[in-house]
Amino acid sequence: MDLNKEQLLDMYKKMVTIRAFESKAVELFAAGQIPGFVHLYLGEEAIATGVCASLEKKDYIASTHRGHGHLIAKGGDIKIMMAELFGRTTGYCKGKGGSMHIADVDLGILGANGIVGAGMPLATGAAFTCKYKDNGAVAVAFFGDGASDRATFHESLNLASTWKLPIVFLCENNGWAISNSQENHQNVTDISDRASGYGIPGVSVDGNDVVAVYEAAAAAIDRARKGDGPTLVECKSWRWRGHFEGDPGAYKDPKDQEEWLAKDPIPRLEKNLLKLKYATQAELDDIKAAADAELEAAIKFAESSPVPDPSELFTDVYAD
Amino acid sequence: MKQMTYAEAIRDGMRVAMQNDPNVYLQGEDVAQFGGCFGVTAGLYDEFGPKRVMNTPISEAVIVGSAVGAALTGLRPIAEIMFVDFMGCCMDELFNQAAKLRYMNGGKCQVPMVLRTPCGAGQGAAAQHSQSVESWFTHIPGIKTVMPSTPADAKGLMMAAIKDNNPVMYIEHKQLLTVPGDVPEGEYVVPLGKADIKREGSDITIVAWAWMIQKALAAAEELAKKGINAEILDPRTLVPLDKDAILKSVAKTGKLLIVHEEVKTSGFGGEIAAIVGEEGFDYLDAPIKRLAAPDTPIPFAPVLENAFIPSEEKIIKAVEGFF
Repeated sequence: MDLNKEQLLDMYKKMVTIRAFESKAVELFAAGQIPGFVHLYLGEEAIATGVCASLEKKDYIASTHRGHGHLIAKGGDIKIMMAELFGRTTGYCKGKGGSMHIADVDLGILGANGIVGAGMPLATGAAFTCKYKDNGAVAVAFFGDGASDRATFHESLNLASTWKLPIVFLCENNGWAISNSQENHQNVTDISDRASGYGIPGVSVDGNDVVAVYEAAAAAIDRARKGDGPTLVECKSWRWRGHFEGDPGAYKDPKDQEEWLAKDPIPRLEKNLLKLKYATQAELDDIKAAADAELEAAIKFAESSPVPDPSELFTDVYAD
Repeated sequence: MKQMTYAEAIRDGMRVAMQNDPNVYLQGEDVAQFGGCFGVTAGLYDEFGPKRVMNTPISEAVIVGSAVGAALTGLRPIAEIMFVDFMGCCMDELFNQAAKLRYMNGGKCQVPMVLRTPCGAGQGAAAQHSQSVESWFTHIPGIKTVMPSTPADAKGLMMAAIKDNNPVMYIEHKQLLTVPGDVPEGEYVVPLGKADIKREGSDITIVAWAWMIQKALAAAEELAKKGINAEILDPRTLVPLDKDAILKSVAKTGKLLIVHEEVKTSGFGGEIAAIVGEEGFDYLDAPIKRLAAPDTPIPFAPVLENAFIPSEEKIIKAVEGFF
C-alpha cells in the first residue's frame, strides 16, 4: 500500500489544517470568543487524517467530543466549522451544536457526541444500513481509550461481529480518560487485545505515524467493504492539552509530555516528504502558511456571521 | 373490519408497514422465530425473513443505539425492548441520542424509528417487570410517546408511528394484549396527537390511557346506574398531547379525574392537571383529582399488587367523591 506524492501531500495539508485550527481554538477560547466546552485534537492529527484517507463520501463516521479533526479529515470546511464554534447561524449546526457536537451530516458524519462511547452503537446502526442496502459503504466509529471501558463498546463489537457488519472500531488511545491514565482505568496495554473477545481482528499501531495509521485503517476498511466484518484498530497517541480547554493537565508527568511532544506527527511526516523528495522545505512552509491564512479567513467569516434569532430555540425539535 | 386482539393488531400494523416500505425492519431480543416474549411478533420472521426480522443479543444499548444509527442513514427501524423496565439499560441512546441528534445538528438529520416496549402491572411480575414509566419519555423533547388502549388504536397508532419522521416510544400494555376488538384491514393510520372519546358523558371527565381506559369504562357503567354519566377521554398519545380535546371535555363537564398506572409523584397526570389548571380553570366547578398508583415499587404477592393498581372500585369511589 504505497502512498503516492499527491496522497501524502494531501495528508500533510489536512494535518497542518487541523493543527492550525486547534491552535487557533486555544487562543480564541482563552480570549473568551468561543463559549462552552472545547476539547482539542492537538497531537492526534495523524489518526483522523490517516483513517479518512481511505474513506469515500458515502462512508459514515461517528465522531466524538474531540471531533474537530474528524470533520476536517472527512472534508469539512473550516469556515463553517469556525462559525459553529462561534455559535453563528452559518455554522454546520446553525449554532445549535457548538464544538462538542460539530458535524456535517451531509459528509456522512453521525454527529460529534458529548457522551463518551455513544458513537459506537450509532456507527453500528449505520453499518447495518450499509449491509441492508448493500451499497458498498462502510462505517468507522472513532472513540477513545476511556470509551473502550463502556458497555456500548462491548455491545457494539459483539453485535457488529455477530452480524458481520461493515464497520471499523477505531480507538484513539491518547493515554487519558479525562484525568485517569490508561494503566489506572484498564488492565490491558493494547486495547486491540480486546478484539479476540469478539472474534474479530485487532491491531495496534503508532498513532503519530500517519502512514502506519493509514495502512492499518485501509486494511480494516477494505476488509469491511469486502463483507468480512469488523476490525478493532487501536492508534496509540497522546493528548497534548488537558481534557478540555481550561484543564491544565496537572496529572500528567512533564517528562511523558515532553517525550510525546517530541513524537509530533507533523515533523515526522515532513521528514518523510523531504526524504522522498515529494516536497521542498519551502513548499511545506507554503502549505502551512496557506493553512494559517485560511484560518484567518475562517475567523473573519465566523465573526461577521449573524447570531441566531432567539426564535431558533424552537425549531428543529421535531421533523415534519 | 376484522376481529383481532390488541397483540395481533400491533403485529398487523407492523406487517402492513413492512409490506409497504422495504426500509422498515424489526430487531430485538427473541423477536424472530420465537415471536417475542409476548408473541407480538409471531410470524413476521416467516413472512419477511432473517434480513428484516432479527434477534439481537441481550444488549439494550446497542439495540436502541443501532436503530438510531440506522434511522439516521435512511432506514425505518422498529426496535423492541422486552419490558419498559429495561429502558434503564438504554436510556442514553433514547434520551441523548435519538431525541437530540436532529436538534444539535441544526435540523439537518432525522431519526425515524419506533421503540416498542410493554408496560404495566397485573401479572405478578414484581418490581422490575411491571412498571409504567411513560413520564420518563414525555419529559424528553424530541421524542413522541404513544399508549394505545384498544386493538384498532394499537394498529392505527403503530402505522402512524412508523410513518413518523421522529423517534416514537410505542408502549404496549401487557394486560391488553389478549383483548379483542374490531380492527380495520390494510393500511390504517390513527394520527398522533388526536385524543378519542371512548365514552361520551356530561357529568365528569375521566382522562386515562392504556389499561386504565378499560377500568374507567367498566367503572362508568356502574356509575351510570347511580345516575353519574362519565365521559372517558383517551389521549392515545401523551406527546403530542391533544390538550384541546381535554379542555373541551372539561368545559362540558366541569369536573376532571385523571387516572394512571404510573406512580403519582411526577406522573403524567400532574402535567394534565397543570394544563387544565392554567388554561381551563374557569371551566372547573371542583378541584381536579388524580387517581394513580402509590409511590412504591410494585410488589409480587397478588394481594399487594392489587392494592397497588388503580382499580374499578377506586375509580368509582374517586368519582363519587365529586358529587
